[in-house]
Amino acid sequence: MKNNNIEPILKIENITKRFPGVLANDRICLDLYPQEIHCLLGENGAGKSTLMNIIYGLYTQDEGIIYVKGIEVEIKNPIDALRLGIGMVHQHFMLIPVMTVTENLMLGQEKTTGLKLGKLSKLDRSTVSAELQELASKYGLSVNPNAYIEDLSVGEEQRVEILKVLYKGAEILILDEPTAVLTPQETDEFFNILKLLVKQGKSIIFITHKLKEVLEIADRITVLRNGKTVGTTTPKETSMHKLAEMMVGREVLLNIEKGQPKPKEKVFEVSDLSVMDNRKINVVNGVSFFIRAGEIYGIAGVQGNGQKELVEALTGLRKAARGNVKLLGNDVTNEDARSLTLTGIAHVPEDRQKHGLVMGFSIDLNLILQTYFQSPFSNLGFINLDSIHENANQLVKKFDIRTPSIFTPVMSLSGGNQQKVIIARELNRPIQLLIVNQPTRGLDVGSIEFIHQQIIVARDKGVAVLLVSAELDEILSLSDRIGVMFNGKIVTEMNTSEADRAKLGFYMAGFSDEKMFHKE
Amino acid sequence: MEINLIIGLSTLAIIKAAPLVFGALCGLLGERSGVINIGIEGMMLISAFTTFLGSALFNQWTGGIFPTNLSLLVGLFCGIASGALIAALHAVLSIHYKIDQVISGTVINLLAVGITNYVANVYIDPTHLSGVGVFPTIPIPILSDIPIIGPILFSHQPMIYLMFILVIFMQYLVFNTPMGLRMRSVGEHPRSADTVGIDVNRTRYINVILGGIFAGLGGAIMVLESVGRFQKLMTSGRGFIALAALIFGRWTSNGALGSALLFGFSEALGVRLQFGDLNHIKVIVIVSGLALLGLGLFLLIKKIKEKEINIKKYITILILIVLGFTIMVGSNYIKFPSISIPIEFLGLLPYILTIFVLTGFVRRAKGPAAAGIPYEKQ
Amino acid sequence: MDNQLNKLNPIKIIYISVIVPILAIFTALIISSVVIILSGSNPLIAYSALAEGAFGNLNNWIETILKTTPLIIGGLGVALAFRGGLFNIGVEGQIFVGSIATVIIGTTLKAPAIIHIPLTLLAGVLAGAVWAAIPGYLKARFGAHEVITTIMTNYIATRIITWSIGVNGPLRKTTSFVPETNSLLDTARLPLMISDTRLHIGIVIALILAIVVYILLFRTTLGIEIRTVGLNINAAKYCGIKVNRNIVLIMAISGGLAGLAGAIQVMGLSPYNFTAGFNVGYGFDSLAVAVLGNINPIGVVFSAFLFGAMDAGARLMQLRAKVPVDMITILQGLILMFVAANQIIRGIYRIQIQDKKADKVNLSQGWGGGSK
Repeated sequence: MKNNNIEPILKIENITKRFPGVLANDRICLDLYPQEIHCLLGENGAGKSTLMNIIYGLYTQDEGIIYVKGIEVEIKNPIDALRLGIGMVHQHFMLIPVMTVTENLMLGQEKTTGLKLGKLSKLDRSTVSAELQELASKYGLSVNPNAYIEDLSVGEEQRVEILKVLYKGAEILILDEPTAVLTPQETDEFFNILKLLVKQGKSIIFITHKLKEVLEIADRITVLRNGKTVGTTTPKETSMHKLAEMMVGREVLLNIEKGQPKPKEKVFEVSDLSVMDNRKINVVNGVSFFIRAGEIYGIAGVQGNGQKELVEALTGLRKAARGNVKLLGNDVTNEDARSLTLTGIAHVPEDRQKHGLVMGFSIDLNLILQTYFQSPFSNLGFINLDSIHENANQLVKKFDIRTPSIFTPVMSLSGGNQQKVIIARELNRPIQLLIVNQPTRGLDVGSIEFIHQQIIVARDKGVAVLLVSAELDEILSLSDRIGVMFNGKIVTEMNTSEADRAKLGFYMAGFSDEKMFHKE
Repeated sequence: MEINLIIGLSTLAIIKAAPLVFGALCGLLGERSGVINIGIEGMMLISAFTTFLGSALFNQWTGGIFPTNLSLLVGLFCGIASGALIAALHAVLSIHYKIDQVISGTVINLLAVGITNYVANVYIDPTHLSGVGVFPTIPIPILSDIPIIGPILFSHQPMIYLMFILVIFMQYLVFNTPMGLRMRSVGEHPRSADTVGIDVNRTRYINVILGGIFAGLGGAIMVLESVGRFQKLMTSGRGFIALAALIFGRWTSNGALGSALLFGFSEALGVRLQFGDLNHIKVIVIVSGLALLGLGLFLLIKKIKEKEINIKKYITILILIVLGFTIMVGSNYIKFPSISIPIEFLGLLPYILTIFVLTGFVRRAKGPAAAGIPYEKQ
Repeated sequence: MDNQLNKLNPIKIIYISVIVPILAIFTALIISSVVIILSGSNPLIAYSALAEGAFGNLNNWIETILKTTPLIIGGLGVALAFRGGLFNIGVEGQIFVGSIATVIIGTTLKAPAIIHIPLTLLAGVLAGAVWAAIPGYLKARFGAHEVITTIMTNYIATRIITWSIGVNGPLRKTTSFVPETNSLLDTARLPLMISDTRLHIGIVIALILAIVVYILLFRTTLGIEIRTVGLNINAAKYCGIKVNRNIVLIMAISGGLAGLAGAIQVMGLSPYNFTAGFNVGYGFDSLAVAVLGNINPIGVVFSAFLFGAMDAGARLMQLRAKVPVDMITILQGLILMFVAANQIIRGIYRIQIQDKKADKVNLSQGWGGGSK
């Protein structure tokens, strides 16, 4: 693909972007050739998204130049970008749930029919939906134009996102972490689509932090670290280890060191549990599993297969419709959050900012959110500030929470340190069961390593651990046993020694016949 | 006899509903684009005030040489302009300065009360400034002669017709035009709108200020088609009831009209009962019958639309309708004790209804997802 | 990223929390003076009359204190609800209901003062608490936003009370030509602090309450719960706080404070009864007081004093400068606006220090199922 005679379709030179207190992009250079898949690799916070948002016109660079097809351009907003043929699929989908596929597609470039009344003309839904279907069949991205986004699966939503970008006439596609929500099989399928797109003349910038994917799909790879370009390479010239080192800046252990589990008695037992979501639909359907003291039970699965509701039911945030839950032999089904906490369940929630922390509270208060009503933090309803501060000072040290003071509001901590506050709070009391949901989402490698270690330490102390994660690598490296959740059910269960990515992905995609798997 | 009573009540209900509809449309534009507006009350109060001042002063300064209706139109213009202006204040505070939209609305309500009372005390009261009158009733030829429907729907003052037209137009605008699509996208998922090049804050500004025009109409109609002059605190909570109507109407124009009519009817009932000529208990019985009948018909239409096939549901609905009808007819043959309910209690109806509506429907109704959250471009 | 916050030292924090409100008030006064000039009066005369009416002599001072008292208590009620994420606009109605309950107990019960006074106060507190707990319950159980329901309960309270003291109303003083109730028995009246003046002990109660509310919010487990609910309902549920029960409780405490404000007005001020038009406006002023006081109990005391002084001076202002008392409402609206949108003030006066408010409550949460 790399041909010196061909001019890059997109070239950026020395892009610099500062945010208050942070140098997000520091003289970054990148070029993209026609029909190339160029992977942009980097840790969370390396500046990948900032750079792409600059190219897409959501931010403006402080310094640096962008060339499209050799011409210097100024991209002030997404309209400019689209006009230049640059389209972007964001990591968090930019689709409006209460609108149809067609409506989402036309938004911003509405086609109208009948009287010409400008923005008050009648929307031409049927033309757009016909165009959509034509486009969909051209790229093999089938989707129902009249479906509402909120009724679509994540994979379908992603198809709509890509169609949206294509519909707007993009030649250069920026894809921000597109595989984060896909199963390995879906990812393969997705890569086929990308290859088709390239064959049809599109050029792609593919942002990710997953090393394997990079090696599989990229024509060239550029690695960013701390806002700087580390280097550009090709899959042939590099390896997983080299890429990881470029990305993190030091040698990284790709596998976590973990001793053999020494499971003891059954601590936690879930039988035939069914849970309804807010729409009163059963999204957890007769789930059963158990966890022993000193083992990590991982639940793998694509997001939205009932994991969220399952965890909520196990932690007292949602009522189960059927079935029962036993902790140390006692029935704790549908007990409230407080009494579950008191019986020894710790919970690291999926969304740390929404559930796990009070962002406006200082660190010391966040560290006692689960225990503020107990001695020594309070007495007869009055709180004891001294012991609260002492507790905070201890935990900040013990869990390496980087903060200027224990009185700092957690909103001004980094994501990794916020997660450490939660981990510190949850692990620093006598617990039997630790439930962790997506514990490292969006964190840097250092924090991920630290949190993984803490989970293993807890296991080795004899705590039963339930790990729910959409990251297959995390599941494979931490768990001792693995259950795969699909469509509200645990469709299979296996020891980690028997598991690999392909096998898990097969079950995550909803297949259940082992033979079929072997045929693949 | 009760047919005339019902015609009278329904006509009055539409009149009483009109300010609520305008208020609700103001809220609709704001909330659909993501800006909560609890300052509708204040906007309507100020607009009622400027409408009156505008029409009265114009008439005074021109020495009354122009027809009354021209003065009233000048007043209407003043009302609309001031509605837009004060909405612009709400927009600046909540969109530009990103202050809590509930606080911003409260500021507007406070200022509205302060300013209107102040000027009423220093100017209107001492000068005994008098109103110019109200818009005449304009029956629509032919249509107004249709029995029952004619007098209820087609024999009104002009702003009532305007209200109906605007409701239909707004329903079209919100769901079938680029402007509506963009408005809703900004209210549901502003980031998404931003990524396709829609200017979120600009869209919000436009919608909030347009909403102010509707609030202006709501304030104006209270002066121009009702009392003919400004009275202190004359909105008496209608701005808030309008918000409840909006929520009950599930953030749609048609729905807001329907629920405003319900509130209007309850207010009309309270007003009508204050004239001592009716037996309160009997009227309440008749109205309950009517309510059952109405509910039955509403459900019937809904079920037919949904192509419901369960025959049991239709039987239940039929029972409702028959029961309602029986109560209405039967009430003629029963002698009711004449107990009169104190005026203050009759006036409570819309307020209590508002609370009921909120408790019964808010949880099920789903408003625009981004309402109340200022947009940060990051 | 938000390192400014950490670097702030206490002096700067005090500076910010004092200087911005003062400049907000100053700016509001300037704008109001334009209104006064437009209406043909002299703002200097108006404001000096306002000041003299508030602080000119002992009696003026006493009036200021008397006006301040209910504003402190009402403001505390609003501030407490605010901290819990609830916008209690119903303080007005809760004051009315509290006053009426006070009248009922204070005119009928026969007991020595030592028992009668606390019981009468309690009646006001309970009535206000119950009246406020209703919207609280409706929010907790059905999700009805308290802003609308409390406004509706205000109208309902006003109408019912107007009826009860109207012609043939059950509480109407039969011998009176105006709508009012009988006066409280002597045993239910608050003792005076200085004899032969109007100054009763209400202000002492108010100041003690400010300290109590401060301790409640910042030194008790209930305070942690209230503030957690206010800042993040999801986190509150996550850590096992009974959110719904807390919402009802917060509204009840808030309404209880409002009811107490009403009770003290009835029990402390001659003619010790409830009249039409009496106590009107304290509820809405309390909102502005709470916001101006930075929803901090101690801040509320100062802002209540400011508003109390304005209320007390308004009459002299009207008398001397022919500026209607409604000017005060305009002023309060402007002050509320400038304090809430303090960037305007920072912009005008070029104040550099940023005040990143960490504990910001979002009142729009739960609006019709919108923002979660």
